[in-house]
Amino acid sequence: MSLTTADVQKVARLARLAMNETEIEAARSQLSGIFDLIAEMQAVDTRGIAPMSHAQDVAQRLREDKVTEANQREAFQAIAPQVEAGLYLVPQVIE
Amino acid sequence: MTWEIVIGLEVHTQLSTNTKIFSGASTTYGAEPNTQADAVSIALPGVLPVLNKGAVERAIKFGLAVGAHIAPRSVFARKNYFYPDLPKGYQISQFDLPVVGLGALTIQVEPFSGNAKPYEKTVRITRAHLEEDAGKSMHGDFHGMTGIDLNRAGTPLLEIVSEPDMCSAAEAVAYAKALHSLVRWIGICDGNMQEGSFRCDVNVSVRRPGEPLGTRREIKNLNSFKFMQQAIDYEVQWQIDTIENGGKIQQATVLFNPDTGETRAMRSKEDAHDYRYFPDPDLLPLEITAAMLEQARASLPELPHVKRARYANEFGLSAYDTNILTSSLEMAGLFDSCVSAVGQSNAKLCANWLTGEVSAQLNRDGLDMAQCPISAQQLGGMLQRIADNTISNSGAKEVFRTMWAEGGDADAIIEAKGLKQVSDSGAIEALVDEIIAANADKVAEYRSGKDKLFGFFVGLAMKASKGKANPAQLNDILKKKLAG
Amino acid sequence: MLNSSLQQLGAALRAKNISSVELTQLYLDRIAQHNPGLNAYITLNPEMSLAQAREADARIAAGKAGALTGIPFAQKDIFCAKGWLTTCGSKMLHNFVSPYDAHVISQFNDAGAVNLGKTNMDEFAMGSSNETSYYGTVKNPWDTARVPGGSSGGTAAAVAARLCAAATGTDTGGSIRQPAALCGISGLKPTYGVVSRYGMIAFASSLDQAGPMARSAEDLALMMNVMAGFDERDSTSLQRDKEDYAREINKSVSGGKPLTGLRIGLPKEFFAEGLDGDVAKAVESAIAEYRKLGASVVDISLPNSRLSVPVYYVLAPAEASSNLSRFDGVRYGYRAPEYSDLADMYEKSRAQGFGAEVKRRIMIGTYVLSHGYYDAYYLQAQKIRRLIAQDFTEAYKQCDVIMGPTSPSTAFKLGEKGDDPVQMYLSDIYTIAVNLAGLPGMSIPCGFGANNMPVGLQIIGNYFDEARMLNVAHQYQLATDWHSRAPQGL
Repeated sequence: MSLTTADVQKVARLARLAMNETEIEAARSQLSGIFDLIAEMQAVDTRGIAPMSHAQDVAQRLREDKVTEANQREAFQAIAPQVEAGLYLVPQVIE
Repeated sequence: MTWEIVIGLEVHTQLSTNTKIFSGASTTYGAEPNTQADAVSIALPGVLPVLNKGAVERAIKFGLAVGAHIAPRSVFARKNYFYPDLPKGYQISQFDLPVVGLGALTIQVEPFSGNAKPYEKTVRITRAHLEEDAGKSMHGDFHGMTGIDLNRAGTPLLEIVSEPDMCSAAEAVAYAKALHSLVRWIGICDGNMQEGSFRCDVNVSVRRPGEPLGTRREIKNLNSFKFMQQAIDYEVQWQIDTIENGGKIQQATVLFNPDTGETRAMRSKEDAHDYRYFPDPDLLPLEITAAMLEQARASLPELPHVKRARYANEFGLSAYDTNILTSSLEMAGLFDSCVSAVGQSNAKLCANWLTGEVSAQLNRDGLDMAQCPISAQQLGGMLQRIADNTISNSGAKEVFRTMWAEGGDADAIIEAKGLKQVSDSGAIEALVDEIIAANADKVAEYRSGKDKLFGFFVGLAMKASKGKANPAQLNDILKKKLAG
Repeated sequence: MLNSSLQQLGAALRAKNISSVELTQLYLDRIAQHNPGLNAYITLNPEMSLAQAREADARIAAGKAGALTGIPFAQKDIFCAKGWLTTCGSKMLHNFVSPYDAHVISQFNDAGAVNLGKTNMDEFAMGSSNETSYYGTVKNPWDTARVPGGSSGGTAAAVAARLCAAATGTDTGGSIRQPAALCGISGLKPTYGVVSRYGMIAFASSLDQAGPMARSAEDLALMMNVMAGFDERDSTSLQRDKEDYAREINKSVSGGKPLTGLRIGLPKEFFAEGLDGDVAKAVESAIAEYRKLGASVVDISLPNSRLSVPVYYVLAPAEASSNLSRFDGVRYGYRAPEYSDLADMYEKSRAQGFGAEVKRRIMIGTYVLSHGYYDAYYLQAQKIRRLIAQDFTEAYKQCDVIMGPTSPSTAFKLGEKGDDPVQMYLSDIYTIAVNLAGLPGMSIPCGFGANNMPVGLQIIGNYFDEARMLNVAHQYQLATDWHSRAPQGL
């Protein structure tokens, strides 16, 4: 399968990865090769087969609704790129 | 040219759990920024979600309350998009297998304008699913940057999606109000709209009768019923104008500006069309057992529509009364206590007081029923004294005003203010005899056919009794004596 | 001391023949000497290691020592360890000093073990050669011109070069077993859900599983006793009774052949085209040895296993693309120094913070999940995943364990497969199906191939059959000495 430049650009945009033209082109060719590898799978007849999301057939366990976490803001924000007044700062969000 | 309006709602209710949907961090409102943002809330590398039982129980209660199918097995999915208030880069939500399936809510619609009469309508609820809330962006003074507070991130939400069954702002508001009342009634959400506990997204489209559905625009995050009405009215008019002027409606997410009363399209979230949903591999399927369902059912209070029917059947109350009495669990609770204090035969009396004086006074003071300063016991005590003729209606109003302002129980207020009415027939007869004797001319006029003078005699008698004569008794005696 | 088993080390520590501080210092000295050539460790913190050693010594002195108290282990840099730089092999986390401990780390800490340092790995565990690490490639101690395998390449090299007593790895598609094979050590990927993933930086959540890497099956069993167990912080952690993974090993065998009755399944697909001759030969000799130990051999088929590579390269990147979205430069980790606006900050931080292979997989995953492709890729892959798992269920009706090669070749040269991701992906052909099914799998040394590089024998067990697998490996290691060979010059 061969991907188009537009496909790769769209994916890069969705994944928030800045890529220049050279990188897009390199990615296009490599991804096309990988999708050739993947293509083998698509011919398989899977009618009536339930998709398998987890290795074990187990139900979700539920947690009691009790507070277990204490405030750790100081420790968490010590490793943050930019904080002020307890807030994480990011370039302006426009709604 | 006539237009049809088509409205559907997506309501985000914050569930009233102690902790977040996937971690043990507190959900208390109003904490210092990021002090309730634990490792899961800020999505540290390596942390994992574990589902809160309290959130699941609340979702089940809601499903039962709207007569919906509760999925024995539902699945959490990831909705992928980048936004600074979404720390993982995906929101954990439910996509193709939600916990609550098709249900319905019957609403009473009071048209906003004209002389149209109130009517009942059933709005179908497509689904309700569990998901996590996002954090908040603060646009304060941070050198042109935005501050992110993740205290709210991970708060459990039940997103309740309706079918596009509403065709006016009045219907949309009635539905939203009914839902708001219901989630508080069953104790799954505090309903605090200022704090964002109950937020409505309204999908609006217009079409000409008989035509297929128009393109819809979604008004995001309405947190007051008044704004909802204004936003829908504006949006509908805008869409009609746009089409009538030859334009086309583009699907969009819009925000309502309460200051201008206008809606405008949002500029962000441009990748909204590709969320790349897939089942969250960190969470296993949620299985709801018969035991869990039974437990939830047992914990539900009598539901509003059941109560309404019972009040109508058992007490013969009108639809108007039953609606008001079931507008909140507190109101219904107060009514039930009053009825049990004064007996079923006086249910109408209780209803009249609650829908009348009590509601009016709450309105005047800007309080809701939960904040009512008068207890069921106080009110029941007063109603008992009305029922047993100890006080007259006007006396009762004074008792009520005193109670509201100063507290105290009815008997003490009646005693202190001397409001006990005279029901001693001998005393009233003596009083009437005196009046007849002193007003022979008027009596003659009355007897010659001037019926209107009856009120004059009542007035005199009431004055003479200092307002304490039992009005019904007084009437009877006066009538008998005047007849000669 | 360097060739002692964990049991021997524990005994020596408890007998106070050596202190934990001395043992830790011994390893730190070896690391100082040999790590510059091997690059097996990303982060060392002798101060913290020695502080833990002193605590361990105090615990031993107080008579409260457990089996692993005082023993120096290395931890794959995928595990968050409080106070330790935890990079996951990425520039994205070049400054991430973890504020918390992964479950696996807490388990080792509670056992009184010493953390010697954080081992190198392919970036976000994506790779089979350790060449995708931002912190440089790891060299195979058997031949420093060759790769150690990946993604747990740093751990494999450190264990093989005796730069730690043993260490942890994680395995999403073979990341414990393949480097174990290529470096001539033993490694176990447990049944999915047996070891908590809490604090283990996620690659593909439904496949990731942590496990021990050591010089013998016996050592693996002791480590499993510490690592395994229910953890309420991981929804996929299984609630099972605590078990002793050494119980089968410790069962005394009185005379006769120790593995009599054991049925070994040999999948024909694992011995077909694509397998190097030298590897095949070593694996076949190992099977012959097993017959001598009393086992019988059954030919089996795993007909859908050929699809495991394509299925894996849909599912794992899909989960990864989402798991790695949290690395956005907002709350921790790398943020690009210059950007024009929010979108630019995201795109530059991620483009600069992630390496080529990680970006490649994020893009594959984003693509297969995107609108219009989901059914054809993701859903189809999940359905075939079930077919692959069912193949194993069928196979275990005929046999007790499955054996075959771990990797189609011995360690290849650094840079040899660098430009061709597909060739690299195919080197996981025998290991991936095990992750898709969620089964336990291990690799043990079974000889040497061309260029005198180690060959690994893969042992795949049924769900929760780790104790038996460990004994099956142990019996082989009692009868052979491949596992105790050490690379020259170290």
